[in-house]
Amino acid sequence: MRLTPEQVEKVAELARLELTPQEKERYAEQLSAVLDYFSMLNTLDTVNVSPTTHALMLKNVLRDDIVEPSLTQEQVLSLVPQIAGEFVAVPRAFEG
Amino acid sequence: MELYQLTAKDIHVGLRRKDFSAREVAQAHLYRVDDIDHELKAFITVTPEKALLAADKVDALIARGEVIHKLSGVPIAIKDNICTQGIPTTCGSRMLEHFVPPYSATAVKRLCDLGVVIVGKTNLDEFAMGSSTENSAFGVTKNPHCMSRVAGGSSGGSAAAVASGQAVLALGSDTGGSIRQPAAFCGVVGLKTTYGLVSRFGLIAFASSLDHIGPLARTVSDAAWALQAITGLDPRDSTSVAPNIDSSQPLAAGVKGKIIGIPKEYFGPGVDKDVAEQVKRAIKVFEGLGAETVDISLPHTDYSLPAYHLIATAEASSNLSRYDGVRYGFRASGAESTDELIKLSRSQGFGAEVKRRIMLGTYALSKGHHDAYYSKAQKVRTLIRADFTKAFSQVDIIVTPTTPTTAFTIGSKIEDPLAMYRADIYTVSANLAGIPAVSLNCGFVDGLPVGLQLMGPALSEILLLQAAFAYEQETRFAGYQEG
Repeated sequence: MRLTPEQVEKVAELARLELTPQEKERYAEQLSAVLDYFSMLNTLDTVNVSPTTHALMLKNVLRDDIVEPSLTQEQVLSLVPQIAGEFVAVPRAFEG
Repeated sequence: MELYQLTAKDIHVGLRRKDFSAREVAQAHLYRVDDIDHELKAFITVTPEKALLAADKVDALIARGEVIHKLSGVPIAIKDNICTQGIPTTCGSRMLEHFVPPYSATAVKRLCDLGVVIVGKTNLDEFAMGSSTENSAFGVTKNPHCMSRVAGGSSGGSAAAVASGQAVLALGSDTGGSIRQPAAFCGVVGLKTTYGLVSRFGLIAFASSLDHIGPLARTVSDAAWALQAITGLDPRDSTSVAPNIDSSQPLAAGVKGKIIGIPKEYFGPGVDKDVAEQVKRAIKVFEGLGAETVDISLPHTDYSLPAYHLIATAEASSNLSRYDGVRYGFRASGAESTDELIKLSRSQGFGAEVKRRIMLGTYALSKGHHDAYYSKAQKVRTLIRADFTKAFSQVDIIVTPTTPTTAFTIGSKIEDPLAMYRADIYTVSANLAGIPAVSLNCGFVDGLPVGLQLMGPALSEILLLQAAFAYEQETRFAGYQEG
């Protein structure tokens, strides 16, 4: 399973990561080796096996719809890198 | 004996007898940190003022003649991916270098309510991704038994802190072996519980179906005390379960009549022969104590590492998508759009191993690959769970080496991700199956500790600790070891 640097770039884009050309080469090599290793799973017949979607197979763990104390707005805003009043400030999100 | 060499049990007895004060105990550990940690680098953040404040509170209770909990005044260290209110929690990453959580993890809160003294936050592989604590943005933690060797990972700091007497107990996290492997490398006890037994609320997520918080200690008894304190249903963690553990049962129940399974797949060409030798000697000790041993097979063992990495990286790619430089954590400068902000913050904030795993997971979940990789791994996970269910219908406990080798030298595997991943071959299965597993020291090879791993069916923690205790009492590997 040989990943090209272009394929690595596509994956990086999905993951919102920006890589240098050297990083793309290096990761292409390393990821290819790991994916090769993963392919050994294909030697197993799992046609009649259902996937484990949860370690304990718990279902529908709910709580009563009661309002309880949570974090204050002040606490949350104190963690934000840049605020504008009560808002989280970011560079413009859309073109134009 | 120095105060920093005492167990939690010793400290509790000594405090009640007024042999020493909680402040003296805390101070001894803080001096120990000052003394050795600039070299060892087990800690990212040390909290001396908070520690002494907590110790003074305990002393005040004792002065008033009040009964104190057995963990009151005990110095503990907390892995830096576990939230501690008001104390920086970095995950060993530039991404959270200045992050100070506004709340504490449930496990931390439970311990603090009992009066523990927090010495500080320990070093780890970034976002718990690694097996050597070489992937931290804040330095490499050394092995107290040999400074040119790794402490293991990702809870390397916690294991090293406990092994070197800088803390009596530590909390670590285990997703594929990250408590047990460093515990084995550093010669201490490390316990990963049944999935859901310890609340994950406040554990900064890596792979949600595989993550566990658990204790590290120098003795089985201390680990058992910590376990009692941190387990229990937590409404804040929808995957938590109420413990069905009868903690009134004594640790000293022995192993007479217990059936121990020895899986052949863990004693094949993959394990170092000296390590296997030490573990086989340990098995003889169990036989001498009245246990019966049976050869068993866990046929899908070889598939557990690739299945683990596929599931873990897929879940990690999802969990780490929250780090975008917008609401908290590192924000890159110079971005002209939100999209650029997110890309730059993530690219500059994350280290290489984290990026590698995010990309692997993203790839495994992407269109056209999801069935071949992620779904396939989930099915293999079912097969691995079935191996254990079948084994536990014949045996009570499974005994294996914790790791294939003793601690490797710093730098020897960091360039080869696959070689690094193989350090976890014997530990990942327990995370996939959700079953409890404990590692404890069973000897040394060339001065480096060897870990013995015991695994049991879900919610069999007491049984495992009883077996571990029986072994520990029979041999001389417990307590403080001069490195």
